[in-house]
Order: sequence, then C-alpha cells, then structure tokens
Amino acid sequence: MGAVGEAIRRRRSDLRSGLTGRALDVGLYVLILAFLFLLGTRVIEHGPDYLLQIFFFALANGAIYALIALGYTMVYGIIELINFAHGDVFAFGAFASASLIPLFGLSEGQVWGPFTILQLLAVFVVTMLLCAVLNVSIERIAYRPLRHAPRLAPLITAIGMSFFLEGAMFLWKGPSSVHYPDVLPDLSFTILGARVGVKEITVWITTIVLVVGLALFIDRSRLGKAMRATAQDRDAAQLMGIDIDRTIAATFFIGAVLAGAGGIMYGLSYNTAVFDLGFSAGLVAFTAAVFGGIGNIYGAAIGGLVLGLIRTFWDGYFDSAWSDVVIFAILIMVLVFRPTGILGMRVPEK
Amino acid sequence: MQTASGPASDAAILRLDHVTKRFGGLVAVNDVTFDVRKGEVFALIGPNGAGKTTLFNGVTGLIPPTSGSVVFEGREIAGTKPFKVAELGIARTFQNIRLFEYMSAVENILVGEHCRMHAKLWDSLFKLPRERREEKEVTDHAMELLRFVGIERWAHSYARNLPYGGQRRLEIARALATRPRLLLLDEPAAGFTPQEKVELMRLVGKILDSGVTVFLIEHDMKVVMGISKRIVVLDHGEMIAHGTPEEVRRNPRVIEAYLGKQH
Amino acid sequence: MIGWFRRVWENDPRKDPNAVVYFLLAIFAVLFPLFASVVTGGSPNFLLSVAGDAGVYVLLTLGLNVVVGMAGLLDLGYAAFFAIGAYTYAFIASDHLAVTPLQTTLHVPFWIVLLIALFVAASFGVILGAPTLRLRGDYLAIVTLGFGEIVPRVFKNTSTWTSGVNGISALDTPELPIWFKGPWSGDPLAVVQNFKIFDPLGYYVIMVVLLVICVVLVRNLQNSRMGRAWAAIREDEVAAAAMGVNTVQAKLLAFAIGAAFSGFAGTFYGAKLSLVSPENFGFSVSITVLVMVVLGGMGNIPGVMLGSLLIYLVIFMVLPSLPDTVTSIANAIGLTGLTQASGDFPGIGEFAARLKFLIFGLILVLVMLLRPQGLLPSREREQELTKGTHDDTIIEDVQAETG
Repeated sequence: MGAVGEAIRRRRSDLRSGLTGRALDVGLYVLILAFLFLLGTRVIEHGPDYLLQIFFFALANGAIYALIALGYTMVYGIIELINFAHGDVFAFGAFASASLIPLFGLSEGQVWGPFTILQLLAVFVVTMLLCAVLNVSIERIAYRPLRHAPRLAPLITAIGMSFFLEGAMFLWKGPSSVHYPDVLPDLSFTILGARVGVKEITVWITTIVLVVGLALFIDRSRLGKAMRATAQDRDAAQLMGIDIDRTIAATFFIGAVLAGAGGIMYGLSYNTAVFDLGFSAGLVAFTAAVFGGIGNIYGAAIGGLVLGLIRTFWDGYFDSAWSDVVIFAILIMVLVFRPTGILGMRVPEK
Repeated sequence: MQTASGPASDAAILRLDHVTKRFGGLVAVNDVTFDVRKGEVFALIGPNGAGKTTLFNGVTGLIPPTSGSVVFEGREIAGTKPFKVAELGIARTFQNIRLFEYMSAVENILVGEHCRMHAKLWDSLFKLPRERREEKEVTDHAMELLRFVGIERWAHSYARNLPYGGQRRLEIARALATRPRLLLLDEPAAGFTPQEKVELMRLVGKILDSGVTVFLIEHDMKVVMGISKRIVVLDHGEMIAHGTPEEVRRNPRVIEAYLGKQH
Repeated sequence: MIGWFRRVWENDPRKDPNAVVYFLLAIFAVLFPLFASVVTGGSPNFLLSVAGDAGVYVLLTLGLNVVVGMAGLLDLGYAAFFAIGAYTYAFIASDHLAVTPLQTTLHVPFWIVLLIALFVAASFGVILGAPTLRLRGDYLAIVTLGFGEIVPRVFKNTSTWTSGVNGISALDTPELPIWFKGPWSGDPLAVVQNFKIFDPLGYYVIMVVLLVICVVLVRNLQNSRMGRAWAAIREDEVAAAAMGVNTVQAKLLAFAIGAAFSGFAGTFYGAKLSLVSPENFGFSVSITVLVMVVLGGMGNIPGVMLGSLLIYLVIFMVLPSLPDTVTSIANAIGLTGLTQASGDFPGIGEFAARLKFLIFGLILVLVMLLRPQGLLPSREREQELTKGTHDDTIIEDVQAETG
C-alpha cells in the first residue's frame, strides 16, 4: 500500500519536473547546437588565424565583463539587490582614469620604463579607490536606509542611482564619445598568426591578479569570512558578532575596486568612453553574473569569460547589430531555464 | 459550513501513508502513517522541531513531501499546488499568523472566498449584475463569519490593528471562508490566556458542529486533551504514539519523549 | 481635528479620499481646452496636442499600475509592449506593407486596431510572463528589462519589414463615422460624417473618453475578486496560495492586462504621431512610466494619474524649456559669459539641457527615500511601504521546524 503510494508519488513528480524539464533541455541543446554549427561554418570560412585573433580579443573582453560581473554577484549575494548603478561605477572608473592619466604624468606615445609602470599603477590605485568611495557612498545614502523595506523599493532606488550617475557623467562629458588617452605602448607579438597587443596582455594579467586576490581574500581573510557568513544568513551572522553594516560596505567597496579596474582597462583597450557606457556594459556583465549563477563568485568570473566569448565571436562572425539581442535572449533563457545559473550550483533561495 | 452537519462517521477524510520529508540530509518527517476521520477533532502534538508544521506544509502543498502519499477524500493530493488543495476543501491557519496585514478584516475573509467565487474577468471589468450579486453574497457571508468567530466589531479595521486574539480568530474565519471540509489549525491557542483558550475550544466545537473536520497542532495539553478525539504524537519526525487522549496520556514513550520533558 | 482625520484615514479603509481627486481631475479635463484657448489667445492646438500626448502616458501609467501597484510585479520592459502596439498599427493601417516582401497594403480602421493591438500585446505579455512569473520578483524585473531591450532592437534590425531606424511613417488618420462639431464651433449639434481626426482637439476628446473608460474598468477590477487576489499576493504570496488563490494565474493576468494597456496606448500614440520609430521605445520610456507610477503612489489610480501628469510636465515641458529659461536669466542678470561654451563647460543653456537624466534619477532616489509611498498613495501601499511587510517566511518556518 505504502509502496504503491510512493510509486504513484514518484511517477507524478517524475512526470512533472522530468518530462517538461527534459523537453526544455532538449530545446535548449538544439538551439546551442544550431548556433555552434552555424558558427563552425563561419569559422571554417574565415580561417584559423582570424579565429585565434577573435579568441584573444574575446578573452580580453570577457575579462573586463568578469570584473564587472563580480561586483553584481557579490552585492546580490549579500543583500539580494541588483545594484543597477554598478555598471555606471565602471563607466565612472573609465572617465576618472582618463582625467587621472595626464595628472599622473602619462601621455600618449611616451617612452616606457619602470617609472611609467609605477605611474600607471598609481592611476589604477587612485581610480579604484575613487570608485570604491563612490560605491560605498551610494550604499550608505541610497540602499542602507531601505534595507528592511519591500524589495521593490531598493531596486527602484538602484535604477534611480544609475540614472543619476549617468546624468552626472552626461553633464561632465557631454552626449558623445570622448577620447581616452592611448598610453599603452603599441607593441604586439604574433602568436600562431594572430596579433596579441600589450593591451590584451595587460587586461589578462590584471584580471588574473585581481580575481586570484579576491578569491584569496574571500577564502582566507576575516572580512571575507564575514562576507560569506552574512551572505548565508544575515541574522545569524549578526548574532555571531559580525558588523553587518561594515561587511556590506566592504562588499560594495571591493565590487567597485574591481569595476574601477575594469573601467581603466576598458579605456586603455578601446580608447573611448561615453556617458552611458555603464548601462550596456553593465547589462552584459549582469547577464554574465546570472549565467554563472548569481551570488556565485566563481560563476561570475566564468560567466564573464563566456559572455565575452559569445559577444566577441558574434561580433566577429555575425551581424553585430544583433549581438545585444543575442545577449539579452541568453539572459532571458538562462533565467527561465536555469535560474540557478548554467553551472548549476545551488544558490541559497530566500 | 455549507456542508450539512451529519453524524460523525468513521470514514477517513485525510489519510497519510508513509509520508517522509527530507531537507537535504535532514529527515524532518519520517514514514508517518495515520488518518483523520470525518467529523472529529484530531490533534498532532510533539515537542518543538518534531516536524508538525512540516507535515501541515506537506498536506497543504506548500512544501510537498519527499515521498509517501496524502489522500484527501479518496484523492491523492501529495504534490498538488497549494491553491488547488484549498479548492479541494482543505484550509489552514499559520503558526506565526499570516494575515494580509494591510487589508481590512472583511477583505481578508473575501480573499478566502476567492476560490468559491465565479466572477470572470469580464464580469469584474464591467461590474455585471451577477458580479455585483456575488460580491454582495460573499460580503454578507464574510460578515457572518466575522460574527461566527466573534470579531465583527473590527470588520473594517486593518488586520494588523486587531488585537492578538482577534488576529488568530480572523485567520480561522479566513480559512473557513474557503468552505473547507477539513480545517488545519497550527497552534491556534498559542499566546492565549486561559479564558481565551476556553473560548477557542468553544469555537472549535462550533466549527465541528458546522460539519468541518478539525486537524490541529497544539502545545497546550489542556486544550488538546479537552477537545480532541484522537491524537498523534510526533517526536523528531517519528510517529511515537497514536490513539485517544487517554491512551496517549498513558503511553510510556510519550511520557518519556514529550510529557516527561514538559512537566 | 487633524488627529481625528488621521485616525480615520489610517484605521478606516472605507473612507475614500480619492473621490475628491477624481472630481478635480474630471473638472480639469473638461476645462482644459477652454483654458488652453484662453492662455494662448485662441490658438490652443499646441497645448491640446501636448495634452493628448500626456494622455498616452496616463494610459501607460494606468496599465503599469496594475502590474506594479496592484500585483506588486516589477516590469522594466513596459515600453516593449508600447512598441508592439504602435507597430501593430503601423503594419495594418498604412501603406507600409507595400514596401515589405508582402507587397500589399492593409488599412484596418483605428478602432479595430485598438482592440487588435490590445490582444497582440497581451499575447506577448502571456508568452513572456508564463515561463517567468514563477521566478522570484527581481528575476522578473530582469527578464522584462531584457525583453524591453530586445524588442526595439528587433524592430530596428529587421529593416526589410520595418524600415529600420527610419521607422514607418504616414500612418492612417483615425476616422469616426459621426462626430459633433462641438460647442466651440458655434453650432454644437451639427453632425460631421466620416470625420477624420486631424484636429488636436479631436484627439484630446477621444483621449479623455478612453481614459474615463479605462479608469472605470481598472477601478472595477481593483474592487473585485481579482483585485483582492492581487493585493493578497503582494502582501503574502504563500498565504494567498494557501487561501486558494492561483497565484501564477493571477500574476499572469495582471501582467497581460498591463501589456494590453501598453499596446492600446501604443496604437493611439502611433496614430497621433503618424510615425513609429524604434528610437521612441527605449529603456527610458519604461523607466519614465515606472517613475510616474512610483511618484504618484503605487496602487492608487488617481495618484498614478496625478504622478504621470506631473512627471510629464517636468520631462516634456519644464526640462526642455530649461535651457532657454536659464540662458535668458543669465543674460538678464548680466552673466552673459555663462551662456558661452568654454572648455568642458558647454554653456549654461546646454548645461541645463544635460541635467535631464540627473534630475530624473534624483527624483527616483529621493521619492524612494523620503516618500516611498508616493504623493497620493493607496492606503494599503502607504502602510506597506513605510512600515514594511513580512518577508517570505515559509523558509524560516521550515528552518524553525528542522533546525
């Protein structure tokens, strides 16, 4: 009797989650395969050198997306807020560093030596700090008072903050793209027929250093542990004597540091910036965070890389007018079919 | 209350069969089997964390059981969506009162009427006569329910502004508005004064008289022993006893696991 | 006295102060043509046209209020449905299809397209909502945001069908079989047959009529079975489900109704402008409408109408006129230097023009921080937003039970 009941139960739940789930999965795989097939034909058409070239660009783009995505995912992990202003903090990083570069004595086409590297490092540090101060202030002014309000309230505030920052940068730099000083040396190496510039290498190395540093920090440091504890259960963390306000502020601080670094590297690579840069880049980075499973730091890093690959390959092999559509379609599909992210890691549901 | 009150029959209205609920590695309810008979007050007792509310959540579909079957009036309902369970005729209250705080008492009850109403989108959009008629009917019925539980004087107050006892009663009235044949009460007497407890027992009696079977979780032994016909005792997710209040009271395992700790 | 009023306001949900606001809005709507005529010295067409455009936003706000205010769902891609409505009209009520691969034309009457657009937009709402409404609230926000970004880009990129960025122009003018000349013509009861609505006043009158109908319908809905279900879901989804409310279905209905409104408004907008272009349906439109709902007071119909009129005034009247105003002020007080561009400073006029985004963002943040319930809130939402609701505590129940 009980066995029969259990069998019925199991069949019911199998039917429900299994069948529809599997049908959706199959649809998804078919779509991905179709895309890969199409991509494959284009890749063969354009030859291996082009493929490698696109791949190197994609890695650099992906690294920048990953840096922004980390901020989204950390903030979401800890207070379950989509910090819409985060993309604009990234854009602010680009603008601020554009102004700082001449201030720190760097100029286009100069000779490079150990001292110039130090100068550039100083630009990095100051920009990252400025972004951090900005992001922490945003949290303090706009989000903290609403921490116990219904979820809609901080989300709307975040959108408002994003508009405010974009407005401020619009006021500062005007509606059109501004030139970003092209200070990195114009050196490049040829690897297997593809060109790799100093720009790409700078992006790769900086990103690896920052992500490894972040991982160590989250894993080892007291504050990192406090962050993980707070993300899991804020009340319990508080009972354990963790200063919640400080921990959340630290999360915003670190997220902004990474986004600021991303902003500088975006500027250094593309030598252009525009006031609403943060909106589009932010959305892609947010997609990356969702893709990797929002709240999951490693997921965000991997998601950033994957989105960088998808976007750059699409731009390289298909009509770039559609690349945003593709990105957003991916965003929607991931949320619908894999709300916990493509890595399938469990996110604490609350 | 729509159901005519008849003689209590021995037919099971709800049957749980080898119900188990796991949360990850933790077994909250382990292989529980019992049935609730039509027209009785059935109590589920046990120390904190015994899995009582989990069982309620399993029956009402909020958190479906991991395995086992739940049969209501001969129909398998394990894994059925909560709203469907309510439509089938099981209503519940919550341990930590979950009223719609910023709706008035009447409106709270009207939400309970929702699944018994027939107004379609068009009826509501254009306020067709049958919609108006239905609105009037359910509003009258809601007022009747408020009187039934004795809080009609707060009909138009926000639910959050009702006194504590009033809120518990309102939750019962809201559950009754779904016209259930089985009512699940999750610690209805929690935080009540002795006087209020007596009134609650009287209310449960009235509900029973109107033809609704009552299945309750309660900590207060006086209440449980006073009104329930049969009792199931849960401890750490295991069913350790089953029977009439006298049988349960004498059961050594219960005394050890539950009563022993309490007294 | 004030204390008494406050007590009644806070404790007795039956007292409806909205009646006064409705009354004032109605008076305002009726007197506006007269007022416009007097202020402009007999040529009210510009003001009436602006009022017609504002009406489109009021319609949008009413629809989004169903989604955000009543059902508590955040829709950040509302402009997508607006675009779908407008393009529906452009396709089936203009010569445009002749230049598409179909090589034929359709001229469906405006009134029928209103209904068609309503259903097309609602269908898109259902298609988008059905798989996503099961998800948690902010995921829905993101899905709608993505959809809102996709739709205008698709219209822009599929240029063989939509003419891309150039948009579709010369849409049909709405026509009425019978129309009265109106009291302002001197012969109020004279009948015009096959009246083409070129006249801004014609648009204005139709807009007001449509708005009245919509307000009545939405109000009916709010005070009905479904309206209460939405309020219940907004407050406590778990309890609502346990009380027999099919929450997914109710949310889907709210979402579809919102989309329908947007499609409806889109058709009107396309017809009035006689042009649709993908540039007109971006994220900023979605956010503008959201700000109108939030500022006005989520969930309260006259509140959101007031909010939308106010924001419309600020965004489309005050801000655009700001550059000229500040330039003339600067000139008047002798700071002519400020009006010239120098270095990074673009001149005070351009500077003022660039303030738009900033002010907009500031309004959102300040409203949420200082008056989260909006200017004229519904009492339920006022309390929810100022005093907070309980979170989804079912998981905590489970933890309490197991831990």
